Amino acid sequence: MKFKKVLALAMVATMAVGAFVGCGSKDEGSATSDSGQVYYLNFKPEADEAWQALAKEYTEETGVPVTVVTAASNKYEETLTVEMDKSEAPTLFHVNGPVGLNNWKDYCLDLSDSEVYGNLNGDEYALIDNGEVKGIAMAVETYGIITNTKLLAEAGYTVDDIQSFEDLKKVAEDITARSSELGFAAFTSAGMDDSSDWRFKTHLANLPIYFEYQAEEETSTDAIKGTYLENYKNVFDLYINNSTCKPTELASKTGDDSESEFINGEAVFFQNGSWEYGNVVGDGKLAAEDVTMIPIYIGVGDEANQGLCTGTENYWCVNSAADEKDIQATLDFMNWCVSSDKGTTAMADDMGFVIPFKDAKETDNVFVKKDTEMQAAGKTTIPWNFTTIPSEQWKADLSSALTAYAAGTGSWDDVKTAFVDGWATEYKAANQE
Amino acid sequence: MEKAVRKYWPVFLLPTAAAFCVGFLYPFIQGLYLSFCSFITIDRAKFNGLENYKYALTDATFLHSFWFTALFTIVVTILINVGAFALALALTSKLKASNLFRTIFFMPNLIGGIVLGYIWQILLNGVLTLLEKPLLALDERYGFIGLLILMCWQQIGYMMIIYIAGLQSIPDDYIEAAKIDGATEGQILWKIKIPNVMPSITICMFLSLTNGFKLFDQNLALTGGEPAHASEMLALNIYNTFYGRSGPQWRGYGQAKAVLFCIMVIIISMIQLRATRSKEVQQ
Repeated sequence: MKFKKVLALAMVATMAVGAFVGCGSKDEGSATSDSGQVYYLNFKPEADEAWQALAKEYTEETGVPVTVVTAASNKYEETLTVEMDKSEAPTLFHVNGPVGLNNWKDYCLDLSDSEVYGNLNGDEYALIDNGEVKGIAMAVETYGIITNTKLLAEAGYTVDDIQSFEDLKKVAEDITARSSELGFAAFTSAGMDDSSDWRFKTHLANLPIYFEYQAEEETSTDAIKGTYLENYKNVFDLYINNSTCKPTELASKTGDDSESEFINGEAVFFQNGSWEYGNVVGDGKLAAEDVTMIPIYIGVGDEANQGLCTGTENYWCVNSAADEKDIQATLDFMNWCVSSDKGTTAMADDMGFVIPFKDAKETDNVFVKKDTEMQAAGKTTIPWNFTTIPSEQWKADLSSALTAYAAGTGSWDDVKTAFVDGWATEYKAANQE
Repeated sequence: MEKAVRKYWPVFLLPTAAAFCVGFLYPFIQGLYLSFCSFITIDRAKFNGLENYKYALTDATFLHSFWFTALFTIVVTILINVGAFALALALTSKLKASNLFRTIFFMPNLIGGIVLGYIWQILLNGVLTLLEKPLLALDERYGFIGLLILMCWQQIGYMMIIYIAGLQSIPDDYIEAAKIDGATEGQILWKIKIPNVMPSITICMFLSLTNGFKLFDQNLALTGGEPAHASEMLALNIYNTFYGRSGPQWRGYGQAKAVLFCIMVIIISMIQLRATRSKEVQQ
C-alpha cells in the first residue's frame, strides 16, 4: 500500500515537472552578475558578426555580460515590440529618427548627463524631445550609386563623365545597348523583395522629398506635393530598364541577388550605401581601388555641386524601465564602444561606420572617404530627409506601387497616389491622439 | 492503484489545469481586455473603450481580407476534401504499392508552412516567368491560385489518412451484402461508403475549414499579402495591423481584430460541426 502511494506521488511529481518544464529560467551566469548586464537589440544585420565579436571582447575585459540580438532585415519594429514586452527587455535599442522616437519616447532614458552624450560631436547628432536627450546617433552613413570603375573603364567611361542625370542616362543606355558585347549590364537588379526594396521606397525617395523640402523651405511636412515625382520616375525607369534582369522579374529579386551581381561584375552601378563596404570589397570580392561612389542624380537643382546622401537613422536609446544596474552597465558599454581603442577600431574597421564621437577612428571605407572628399570640395551633402516619412506603411504602400509599376501591372499614377495621398493619410493616422 | 487514482485525481489534474490556465485562459482574458486598450507594451495599456472595434469594423482592408479568406476557405475545403476522399478510395482498393503511395502523399504535411511557402514561391514564380505572366506578388488572382495549390498539396495527404481509416472501418459485410443485392459501384459509394465515413468527413471538414480560415504561414511566405494587401488573409491582416504599424492605437486595433477573428472562427466551426454531425449514421 505504502509503495503504491509513493508510486502515485512520484507520478504526480513527474507530471507536474513535465507540465512546467517549458517555463525554465535563463542561464545562471547572467542572473548572478551584480554588475548588471547589457541586452542590445541591433538594427543592422550586416554588422551582426562584428557586434557579436565586440560584445565578447567587452565581456572578457570587464566581466559584464553583453547579449547582442539582431533583428532580421526590415523586421526591427516588430522584434522590438515583442522584446520590450519580455521581463528581460532590451536595455539598448534603436529608433530610426524623430518619427520612430515618437512611438518609443516613453521608454527612452534621458541621456543628458551620460558620459557617452558628453563624447558626442554635437547636438545635431542627438534626438532631443522636450529638452531631454532621448537618442544618440551611433553612426553616420552615406549612400549613393556604388560604381565599379574597372567595368566603367571597359565601357569607355570614367566617373568624371558622370556629372548629371543626363550623363548617367547616356552612359547607362550606352552600356545597355552594348551589353551583349561588353558582358555586363548598367545597373544591378532593383529587387523589390523585402530585403532590397528600402533602397527605392526609402533611400531613392529621399531625393524628391529633399528637393521639395528645399523648394518649400521646410524640414518636414504633413502633406507632400510630389513636385519632383517625374524625376523620381525617370531615375527609377533608368534603373529598371538598364538592369541585369527584366522589370517583370523584380518582384522576387532580393538584396543578396543585387549584391552578388555587383560583386560578380555583372553590372557597373549598384545603388547602396557605405555599410555595404565590407560586403563588396575584400578577398574574393572587388578590390578597394575598383569601387567608388557617385551621387544619385535625378535631374533637379545644381547637379554639378551635388554630393552624396549622408545622415543617420541609427539612434541609440536606453530603456528607462530597465534595472538601474543594467542601465549603468549599458551606458558604460556604449561609452566603451565609442571611446576605447578596441571599440572605435571595431566600429570603424569591422562595421565601417563613421561615428559622430570625439574619439572616432578614421575608417578605410572608400565610400566614406569619398564623402569626406566631396564635402571638402564644397559639394552639397544631401541629408536623410526620409526620417520624416510619416510611417512604415507609407513605405510599404509605395513599394507595392513601384513593384506593380515595374512589372507593368500597375501605372505610375498608383505610385503618385501612394506617394502624395498616402503621405497625408499616414501623417494624419500617425499624429492622431 | 485505482483507489489511489480516485483519491488523488485533483493532484493529477491540477498541473495540466494550471498549465492550461497559465498558457491559455489567462492570456485569452488579458487579450480580451487589451482589445479595449491602446498600448505599446502590455504592462502600460490605456483603456479606450470601443474605439478599436469601431476602427476594425470600418477598416476596408479588414473587410477585403474577410471576403478573400471566406472565398479561399470555401474553395480550399471543397478541393481538399474531394481530393483526399478520391485518393483514399483509390488507395483502399486493391492497388499494388498502395502503402508506398500513402506515405508519399502524406509527406508534404511534414514540412512546415513557411518553408513550403518559400519553395512554392520560387517554383510558381519560375513557371509564371516562363509563361510571361506577372509574378505572384503582382496579381492577387495568381496569389489566390498559388495558395490553393500549396494548401491542397500540403493538406490532401493528411486528410487522406483520416478518410482511409474511415473507409477501412466499414464492415465488409455491408459492401458484400450490397453487391449481392445488385448495387452498382456508384450506389455503394453514395449509399454505403459516404454515410459510413460521415464521422471522418466531419473531422476533415472541420480541420480544413479552420485551417483555411486561420491560414497564416503560407500566406506570409507565398504572397506576403501583395499586391497592396489584395492577397492578405485575416490572420496576416491582423499581424500587419499589430506589427506593421507603429503607434499605440494600432496594437489596440490589431487586438480588436484578433478578438473578432476568434469569434468568427468559433461560430463557423460550430455551424459546420452541427451540420455534418446530424448526417452521421450509427453502424
